[in-house]
Amino acid sequence: MTATAPARAGTTGVNVPALVRHYAVLIMLVALFVVLSVSTSSFLTLTNLLNILNQNAPLAIIAVAGTLVVICGGFDLSTGAIFSVANVVAAWVAVHLGSPVLGLLAAPLAGAALGLVNGVAITRLRIHSFLATLASSLVYGGLAVLITGGFLISVPAAGFTALGRGGIGPVYYAIIILAVFALLSGFLLNRTAFGRYVLSVGGNAEAAELSGIRVNRIRLYTFLYSGLAAGIAAAIGVSRIGTGQPQAGDGLQLLAIAAVILGGTSIYGGVGAIWRSVCGVYLLALIDNGFDILNANPFFKDLTTGVVILAAVALSVASRRR
Amino acid sequence: MGGPAPAVAATVRELSVRFGSTQALDSVSLSLFEGEVHGLVGENGAGKSTLGKVIGGLYQPDSGELEVFGRAVQRWDTRRAQDAGVVIIAQELCLVPALTVAENVFLGREHRTFGVLHRDLDARYRELEKLCGFGLPADAPVQSLPIADQQKVEIMRALARDARIIVMDEPTSSLTADESERLHEIMRWLRERGTTVVYVTHFLDDVLANCDRVTVMRDGRVIRTAPAAQETKAGLVEAMLGEPADMLLPERPPAPPPDTPPVAEMRDVHAGAVSGVSLRVRPGEIVGLAGLVGSGRTEIARALFGCDRIGSGEVLFRGEPVTDASPRASIARGMAMIPEDRRAQGLVLLRPVLENVTLPHLRRFTRAGVLSRGAERAAVRELIERLGVRPAALDGDIAVYSGGNQQKVLFAKWLLGRPELLILDEPTRGVDVGAKSRIYQLIVEIAAAGTGILLISSELEEVAGLSHRVHLVRGGSIVGEVPGPGTSVDEILQRLFEVDEPAETSREGRP
Repeated sequence: MTATAPARAGTTGVNVPALVRHYAVLIMLVALFVVLSVSTSSFLTLTNLLNILNQNAPLAIIAVAGTLVVICGGFDLSTGAIFSVANVVAAWVAVHLGSPVLGLLAAPLAGAALGLVNGVAITRLRIHSFLATLASSLVYGGLAVLITGGFLISVPAAGFTALGRGGIGPVYYAIIILAVFALLSGFLLNRTAFGRYVLSVGGNAEAAELSGIRVNRIRLYTFLYSGLAAGIAAAIGVSRIGTGQPQAGDGLQLLAIAAVILGGTSIYGGVGAIWRSVCGVYLLALIDNGFDILNANPFFKDLTTGVVILAAVALSVASRRR
Repeated sequence: MGGPAPAVAATVRELSVRFGSTQALDSVSLSLFEGEVHGLVGENGAGKSTLGKVIGGLYQPDSGELEVFGRAVQRWDTRRAQDAGVVIIAQELCLVPALTVAENVFLGREHRTFGVLHRDLDARYRELEKLCGFGLPADAPVQSLPIADQQKVEIMRALARDARIIVMDEPTSSLTADESERLHEIMRWLRERGTTVVYVTHFLDDVLANCDRVTVMRDGRVIRTAPAAQETKAGLVEAMLGEPADMLLPERPPAPPPDTPPVAEMRDVHAGAVSGVSLRVRPGEIVGLAGLVGSGRTEIARALFGCDRIGSGEVLFRGEPVTDASPRASIARGMAMIPEDRRAQGLVLLRPVLENVTLPHLRRFTRAGVLSRGAERAAVRELIERLGVRPAALDGDIAVYSGGNQQKVLFAKWLLGRPELLILDEPTRGVDVGAKSRIYQLIVEIAAAGTGILLISSELEEVAGLSHRVHLVRGGSIVGEVPGPGTSVDEILQRLFEVDEPAETSREGRP
């Protein structure tokens, strides 16, 4: 007898926990936005807002792809290390082949290749993605140092910084790339068969398998996509400073996952949304920016961020029905 | 039992429990005597498990009274229940797999000083073992024991808590016949000691053979409580369903002529628990697999569908050998399977009805990978209306649908692909009576339209009443075949057990 556990989900159409999960991040983001706008004069300026958007665009790109990974039931802890490898590869290619364009193109390719390696390791060796990418992030981190010999690679060519510093009018390319990538990913998730498979595999891998879906292939693609995103982010990042650094991506992976979780994407897979992860990134960014412009004690910055993430995860767990 | 009026161990008065919109228990009253084995039977969803769980402290009643050994219960949870001498053994056993038998038995009841354990565990265990005589090794990790022995650990654990009322929720559902019989012996032994056993089960023969009294439930209400000696199986079924059982079964479609080439065939297939299975399903034919739980029925279906790799032998589909067995390839050929465990294997509970139905067929609704949602919605809307899924909402939250409606959604999922072979593994498990008769109708309609059906069910009435031919499965092999029409459940049972040691037949031992 399947004893139905006390069903908490309401019988009416309105599902309050789901609403909280869907819109909590947006509400927090708007609230913080309003508070900062009212309390300081330097926040609500076009320059400051564009700067915040621009600076966090690489992180947001990683979080967008990371959302697909998490929805599919995985974790990618190697995006920071992939970012590092891809950014030194870009600089290396730009210097050694003398072509800034090839250099910037090499970053997404390198990222996708490393993402593919992750995907193969996870599906072929059947290692949980959390462990597999934890290990691969160490390998990739080492690889980045090996490529540079531990030094920085400066790219003197002028064209190299166009991607990171230029834009259309006042809007940086990075913001445009993020917008396009996020829209594309949202389309992929919601309007394509692939997206449906990602949601199903994350929701119930066995049911997906029995429905004829190549579960492992779908998982692999999500990691490939995540690597690609880290590579794109790295191209923007390295172009911005004109220097390849082997530690450039350190810590990005945790911020990206934090943003995805803030966005209410379930860490158990099966549900989530791209736009909410982007909101998550910018919620983190506004907390950061707020501390700066309010001249608040920066010692409390990490503490605040951590508490916000904790609260978001607690909400997500509380709203998850059995 | 007879004799003087027995002492009352627990009394339930006008107890009600509500889950969301479902009235799980509706003003239920019942008394349990000391030293009786009391059967609780009913359809899935009738409330028998819920009642057991309320008595055991897992669920809190919304209203009504519970009296245990003469004391009215106020707040009630498993801890308080245990203190009052009531222990529930849930269907899914709650043991710590890595701990030893003795550690599990005394878990939470360790003697300790400032948190440091006394080293008396073995001595205490030996004492308890003297009482029970189960012969389980004290220091074996529980995970190394078969389920039946793990159940004994649960019973010892109950006894270590001085349980005077033990609620067993479907304890035999994963036991072999032999193991079930041993559990029944333990129940009798518990009864001798004066312990009350509440036996929640859907095996009516077991209830009739082992219980002193039986309570029948339907739709959250108690229909009647009577001495088991006065009950018959047919009477119980009728009380459970509210109508005679055979009313539910539709007429089966005409069998295909015997010279029709089979749509699917297994030839001497060995795979894991499957040993040497050969069978054929013709188009439009309903072939039943009858066997007890654990006999290998599901494994045969899984091997046919390509879930499990085949060691030797051959699977043929439409006469062609299958060389690339996988669920994906099977689906592409025109097979479909509704698996045993609807929630774990069939549905993606987090996704809405629509997405569950179209999951295997997305290619039909995409152009260059992009979904055409209009076409998808139109196809599914038509289908769920035809099958009578309630609520008939494309975006409905499948997780809160009733078992019957979840099952209809799974039928919709596979009917969308018009399969040539449909494997149904326990299609009516956990399904209410109304949905059950709709599903029977569906099975017959699907077969009449030319689809071959392989039907697995623990409810032998169902297999016998729907199938054209029934294969008898024991120990992963097919041990015989009987025609569906004209074969009674008792005959099937006899055939299933005749190759067995005579001792084991006592499980279904009533005439």
